[in-house]
Amino acid sequence: MTVMEQRGAYRPTPPPAWQPRTDPAPLLPDAEPYRVLGTEAAAQADPELLRRLYAQLVRGRRYNVQATALTKQGRLAVYPSSTGQEACEVAAALALQERDWLFPSYRDTLAVVARGVDPVQALTLLRGDWHTGYDPYEHRVAPLSTPLATQLPHAVGLAHAARLKGDDVVALAMVGDGGTSEGDFHEALNFAAVWQAPVVFLVQNNGFAISVPLAKQTAAPSLAHKAVGYGMPGRLVDGNDAAAVHEVLADAVRHAREGGGPTLVEAVTYRIEAHTNADDATRYRGDAEVETWRDHDPIQLLERELTERGLLDEDAKSAARDAAEAMAADLRARMNQDATLDPMDLFSHVYAEPTPQLREQRDLLRAELEAEQEGAH
Amino acid sequence: MTTVALKPATMAQALTRALRDAMAADPSVHVLGEDVGTLGGVFRVTDGLAAEFGEDRCTDTPLAEAGILGTAVGMAMYGLRPVVEMQFDAFAYPAFEQLISHVARMRNRTRGRMPLPITVRVPYGGGIGGVEHHSDSSEAYYMATPGLHVVTPATVADAYGLLRAAIASDDPVVVLEPKRLYWSKDSWNPEEPQSVEPIGRAAVRRPGRSATLITYGPSVPVCLEAAEAARAEGWDLEVVDLRSLVPFDDETVCASVRRTGRAVVVHESGSFGGPGGEIAARVTERCFHHLEAPVLRVAGFDIPYPPPMLERHHLPGVDRILDAVARLQWEAEN
Ligand SMILES: Cc1ncc(C[n+]2csc(CCOP(=O)(O)OP(=O)(O)O)c2C)c(N)n1
Repeated sequence: MTVMEQRGAYRPTPPPAWQPRTDPAPLLPDAEPYRVLGTEAAAQADPELLRRLYAQLVRGRRYNVQATALTKQGRLAVYPSSTGQEACEVAAALALQERDWLFPSYRDTLAVVARGVDPVQALTLLRGDWHTGYDPYEHRVAPLSTPLATQLPHAVGLAHAARLKGDDVVALAMVGDGGTSEGDFHEALNFAAVWQAPVVFLVQNNGFAISVPLAKQTAAPSLAHKAVGYGMPGRLVDGNDAAAVHEVLADAVRHAREGGGPTLVEAVTYRIEAHTNADDATRYRGDAEVETWRDHDPIQLLERELTERGLLDEDAKSAARDAAEAMAADLRARMNQDATLDPMDLFSHVYAEPTPQLREQRDLLRAELEAEQEGAH
Repeated sequence: MTTVALKPATMAQALTRALRDAMAADPSVHVLGEDVGTLGGVFRVTDGLAAEFGEDRCTDTPLAEAGILGTAVGMAMYGLRPVVEMQFDAFAYPAFEQLISHVARMRNRTRGRMPLPITVRVPYGGGIGGVEHHSDSSEAYYMATPGLHVVTPATVADAYGLLRAAIASDDPVVVLEPKRLYWSKDSWNPEEPQSVEPIGRAAVRRPGRSATLITYGPSVPVCLEAAEAARAEGWDLEVVDLRSLVPFDDETVCASVRRTGRAVVVHESGSFGGPGGEIAARVTERCFHHLEAPVLRVAGFDIPYPPPMLERHHLPGVDRILDAVARLQWEAEN
């Protein structure tokens, strides 16, 4: 037999366990982002939950405004605001149980804070005192990840490990639209699907990766469509509709907890502010577009719904505002104190035991600091 | 005759000009990376290129460093000269697989038939108050990879000259751009014709007799400052700016050390397994009989790059360099 004939005869035999999905349709996302607010579905939503979401949205917005102000005062090196995206942030935190884990990206301070992390500690990365200010185990929140999409495989690994140990823990991993182009995103989705790991991927599609619009990021009909190729369901949701994001995420979390495997959720939203305070957004987008999205503000959407249904009176509104104001005042006051940092800490956590070389360098710095002290006196 | 007023330009502007001139001179030069088009790059180094040469020549890519460099490999295979921008030092790491497994060794793997004229621009180093993953000095990884040239300018003129040379090179070149010098100006006249620097030559930035500071990139101005300060202590320091880490200019470096008899290597990246070890070993091997003292290193600590509020303790500054210079009085100590 010639090589060509052999090739012709070759038929790949799938491994016995492999079952192709004969019908990918259940995996496909809806054609339009799923909405609750302003639709009939809203009647089904739990009023208590909606009020909680509302209070958290108001608080989140205030946090964004305060943190942005702190950059102007030089108290914060940089702040990537999530104004306009608060619904995603808040719903992410509220969709999880206490035992679940959150894997945030660098823009997700609000989700981190909504999960219970001290607002000041959530900002240390951006303020510049420590890379991570909180204990990841305390609230089950991984460090904010700056390299994009790199935290996604971590979420898969953690969820997989939890399942191996018999714990019904779910990991929710957050990434931006730009981050979905990274290899790590694809590898994470693939692992998650193959292992049927209890993970939920939340893509906040805010239209831009710094200056690059979605159209230059992907040719897919939606980012949620990407799920299908890996063999997991994709869900498309209005990212400014807190009730919808919460419902979709809570469903996905439940599905994962019950052994159903991973889900990819794309929340369609918009970044109202520039990428960070260091970015000039006028170079790549016009005001008109921003204004359109201001009219689709997540707080207003929810407020309108709650008010129309008589679930939110002036007292409740001002209570939410007061609580947010108190949080902001506390944040401001504590951020205005100078961080007390011990330079010797540079060597504290490089290894469990410092190497002899690090000890030498530590002694050098100590001597320098002592000399500095003496010089000052 | 009228004297032309010098218009000082920044290093970033000189890099832009180098890209523009290279693109104008050779239609096969293509720029690609994250945000390089409409925005002109986060440091504005590619500003105006998309408008001038079109989006096919200056392309906003999807956000994927491995993809950027990997597609650049294919483009180079087909006769283009890609210049890729890695947005920040630590974001180049996803591309290391492509860099190390393919870019660096394609010439070798194909017995010379498929050279890859790719330029990889990497803004690197600290001192700008950047958050985590925005301040790494990754030169040791690049230097340890055979098949790559590694250059790093410290002056505005060199930024132009070295980037042009990198783009013209038939081999892959990693251009490490010291981001804290992006806005530094010197008397470079953008109106004048510019020279292209051959890759592989160091420059003596300041002549001196009593010891040599061997340095590069962001540490060059620091060493020049230290050399000025050392005059008060009676030291006349020579400052050698390597400009090119690979290939390494043994000749210029050793000529200097033979003259002065003492040397300190200064860089920002960690000392353990860092560039200074290689440099000190080379100098010792070649100049042993001329040395009055061991070659010393002043480097960053061997720690992950610290948060901005502590970076001044990490970065080698004038005092640490002067301390090392004082330790060069080896005879007196022993
Ligand atoms: C691996 C990697 N490459 C590049 C960057 C630089 N960078 C920071 S944010 C950003 C855009 C991210 O866009 P997206 O994923 O859509 O998230 P968003 O900022 O919109 O929340 C880029 C390119 C990075 N942080 N990590």
